[in-house]
Amino acid sequence: MRAVSSEKTTPPVLVFWIAAGWIGFCLFPWYMLEDGLWSFGWLFDGYPFDEDYAPALFLVGQGEKLWLAPLLIPLALPLLVLRRPKSDPAYARILILSGALGIVWIIAQGFGIGIRGFTYDWLTALFGELDDRQYGMGYGAMICATAFLFLFTQGIAARGAINGDVFVVSAIGGVIAIVTAFVFFPIARMLFAAFITEDGAYSIAVFFSKFFDDRLWGLGCLSGTRCGAAWNSLFLAILVGFITTVLGLAFALVVTRSGFRHKRALRALTVLPIITPPFVIGLALILLFGLSGTVSEAVAEAFGIQPTRWLYGLPGVLIAQTLAFTPIAFLVLIGVVEGVSPSMEEAAQTLRANKWQTFRTVSLPLMRPGLANAFLLGFIESMADFGNPLVLGGNFDVLSTEIFFAIVGAQYDQGRAAVLAMVLLFFTLSAFYAQRMWLGKKSYTTVTGKGDAGVHPVMPRGLSIPVHCVVISWALFTVIVYGMIVYGSLVELWGVNNTLTFKHYVTAFSIGMTEHGLHWSGAAWDSFWTTIMIAAIAAPLTAAVGLVTAYLLTRQSFAGKNAFEFGTMLSFAIPGTVIGVSYILAFNVPPIEITGTGIILVISFIFRNMPVGVRAGIASMSQLDRSLDESSLTLGANSWQTFRKVILPLLRPAILAALVYSFVRAMTAISAVIFLVSAEYDMATSYIIGRVENNDYGLAIAYSTTLIFVMLAAVGLLQLLVGRVRIGRRMHHATERPA
Amino acid sequence: MKKHTTTLAVSMIALAASVTASQADKLTFYCSAQEDWCQLMARSFEEATGIDVNMTRKSSGETFAQIRAEATNPKGDVWWGGTGDPHLQAAEEGLTMEYVSPMRDELHDWAIAQAESAGNRTIGIYSGALGYGYNTELLASNNLPEPACWEDLLKPEYKGHVQMANPNSSGTAYTTLASMVQIFGEDEGFEFMKGLHANINQYTKSGSAPIRAAGRGENTIGIVFMHDAVAQAVAGFPIQVVAPCEGTGYEIGSMSIIEGARNEEEAKKFYDWALSADSQNLALQVNAFQVPSNKGAQTSDKAPDMSMIKLIDYDFVKYGSSDERKRLLQKWDEDVSTLPQ
Repeated sequence: MRAVSSEKTTPPVLVFWIAAGWIGFCLFPWYMLEDGLWSFGWLFDGYPFDEDYAPALFLVGQGEKLWLAPLLIPLALPLLVLRRPKSDPAYARILILSGALGIVWIIAQGFGIGIRGFTYDWLTALFGELDDRQYGMGYGAMICATAFLFLFTQGIAARGAINGDVFVVSAIGGVIAIVTAFVFFPIARMLFAAFITEDGAYSIAVFFSKFFDDRLWGLGCLSGTRCGAAWNSLFLAILVGFITTVLGLAFALVVTRSGFRHKRALRALTVLPIITPPFVIGLALILLFGLSGTVSEAVAEAFGIQPTRWLYGLPGVLIAQTLAFTPIAFLVLIGVVEGVSPSMEEAAQTLRANKWQTFRTVSLPLMRPGLANAFLLGFIESMADFGNPLVLGGNFDVLSTEIFFAIVGAQYDQGRAAVLAMVLLFFTLSAFYAQRMWLGKKSYTTVTGKGDAGVHPVMPRGLSIPVHCVVISWALFTVIVYGMIVYGSLVELWGVNNTLTFKHYVTAFSIGMTEHGLHWSGAAWDSFWTTIMIAAIAAPLTAAVGLVTAYLLTRQSFAGKNAFEFGTMLSFAIPGTVIGVSYILAFNVPPIEITGTGIILVISFIFRNMPVGVRAGIASMSQLDRSLDESSLTLGANSWQTFRKVILPLLRPAILAALVYSFVRAMTAISAVIFLVSAEYDMATSYIIGRVENNDYGLAIAYSTTLIFVMLAAVGLLQLLVGRVRIGRRMHHATERPA
Repeated sequence: MKKHTTTLAVSMIALAASVTASQADKLTFYCSAQEDWCQLMARSFEEATGIDVNMTRKSSGETFAQIRAEATNPKGDVWWGGTGDPHLQAAEEGLTMEYVSPMRDELHDWAIAQAESAGNRTIGIYSGALGYGYNTELLASNNLPEPACWEDLLKPEYKGHVQMANPNSSGTAYTTLASMVQIFGEDEGFEFMKGLHANINQYTKSGSAPIRAAGRGENTIGIVFMHDAVAQAVAGFPIQVVAPCEGTGYEIGSMSIIEGARNEEEAKKFYDWALSADSQNLALQVNAFQVPSNKGAQTSDKAPDMSMIKLIDYDFVKYGSSDERKRLLQKWDEDVSTLPQ
């Protein structure tokens, strides 16, 4: 193997990271630039001596920010290993020591010294008042910290971890570092906020008083008043989980086990929830079933009754969420229903079971894991949903909106928001955990490598008729709701003046010609381009992080792998509002100071959508035989080369799926985004909320419709591309939905 | 490969040069009025001064939350618009900066009084009276009488037809609560809120949501600021605006400079400009019917005529303070919101 030749000379990777550390320290501005990451004004503005732009070396050289000086030790240490062979125990020890020292010191000084001198009172007590301050970390600090991290992982690898594979150890280290920084750290920050009293001290009593609040746990609805938000959320989520599972199963049965002719159209419905911006379904429902909705008025006229406000509250939210999440259950269940091997059912029939008995005693039990999966997905999605309760909630308070209003409302109570977020997190994590426990235990495998001829039997008649009725009426309803959305964007003023017009599109997306060329004069262009840009930056990063993680999970075994997997999948169970609040609390102050930038949006999208990339990667990687990697490794490639030249090319469909999915999700996300947008980086969804708030439904719906078509185009493009790059290998339908 | 690096370097330098060339004065502007008004203010100020404006529109509660979260490291420079209470609270907490504008002589007394009550950390830019509006079509189709006073809203026939915002989440609704306490006295005021509670169909989160719902026909009567109701009527919705006969409270929309603003000079320029008659006249272009604070600014003939409305002597200092606010809200939470409807 290659290892033989690299015994004597220093590996180039090591040289690279040692050099990177020095460059970060000596050449790049250490602190965050006020004008943003992409401004280069600093190059001409007093660099390298100006205090704002100086690299750490120049700062220390001028006697400023002397706490950065100790970093020179871990920077210098690795120079000692340059001549040593990898097998020398000192090689590993020095690298580990230098990496660990560097990271620990960067973190310690970053948290210890803020923009008002020492951050903690005990530091002031120990060293006296500090008459200096520092802002958030910039290029230099980032490069340095990264260099230390990879020096550390190379040290670990040199000690023999994972067969001394530098690439795998570094990848694990990198993923752990970013997940810690951008998932665990902000969540921890937020949880601490639950214990802070008004004067800034910590107290358990504060937590308990906020936790045992009647608005959270009250049971008033049993006696005529209102129930707490926690019960409401739980009740709603269970209902939504149950109904979407039943509907999803009905859809899946029709598609796989009946002679229904328009199966493709039904499948197309599954794309809808992914490309629908928030609120749109809620708005369409109001326009149909509200007090002055089209349907309500028609019914009122026909039967001579006064329409009521029945839609606002549990019924409305339930309908909207069922519309939105049924396709998700459908997507999960198609795979499961198809996956049940026909030979099992044929065996049952050969043993003289009738169709109904076969379905009840063989098919249905085999679908159980899928049903559980669909239920829990519906449960989690409903818990985390923010847009529908906001528009249709009425007096029915749920946790996700309560968190939002605890922060932005006149009450402004971060502690309460943190407590509510903890309750919400507890519910979703329990569901997440239950899902993993349930699916982990039993074996439901019926598809084996052996020839699997046979077709699925058709549904028994008694089941087939009601299932068809449900499916056709629900599908029609969905189509009507979406049709209304398009129609709503084309009328002057819904319900008041129904003349058709393109006015709203013109207001939003008009383009004028001036002497300077094209002028994007529409009101929506600004947020539209920002959204496209942020989504386009976030998508490849999300896919990359997701696939590397998936590779580690499926192809490598290492200590703590289960915890690692749980950590990377965790952010799926964290509702967006919680992420938003925690990011605001964690990243507004040094050492990582990125609120108000585009970076924070990109980062929030990466970690919100990463689990999807991971799932997609795992699903397709488990279809690639390990013998491929093994033969590549036997032929002398290292694991990085194997990953790049063997696995990545075979994964193209998964990569594309992850890319488009994260792009589209970034365009429709709202719950976290609403906390993170800023003047410069306004996103489409937060712009739409503004229009809805302003009663400007026409513009809001027109903008949403445009987004739907943009995303449809993205999804269509994906289908086209993936269709082309079919790999010359038989595959099962990769329909496992990211869980 | 080498060719690529050269191109890259050249384009980097070009980019850097263009960035330095275009480096101009800038202002980060937090706006809590309606979107189109915010846009217009930002654009007009850019035209008037050449200063680049970065505008974010969020409700006053959201903006207050943001300024508070950013207190250790302010990102915004000036905060314009939105009801006065959060501005007063921000002043109370030292989140905003003292500034005495040379434009003061041109302002109405109530605008200056607002500034003085907050140690010159904020100033009034417009005012609007509280009232309600109803959807004439829904009222007729339900055969309901036309209300004219606050007391009318307690009549049992309006059950399920009245909407107001939740005082916990909306400044408008808190102003309603505080006004009732000042009009009827504290005990009577809370009795009124209890009676109203029986007729309320929904406590919305946002202050002007009730009248927007009424405009769309999703609700009959909405308790809001009158200028919001007028805006709906002007937009073409069947809304009738009511100035209640017992008299009513009002808000003073305010403006503050954020303490520690990175562009303090530009913020002051904006502040002075926003108090001028010309800039306040911009409100008319976007159907904002508040009363401007500059004596020389025009008012719309569609705007509610402040001289015809019976205004109470609203005590902004007392009812804007955090303690009083907390006490009233807690009382409302415990005594009113828990009652069955």
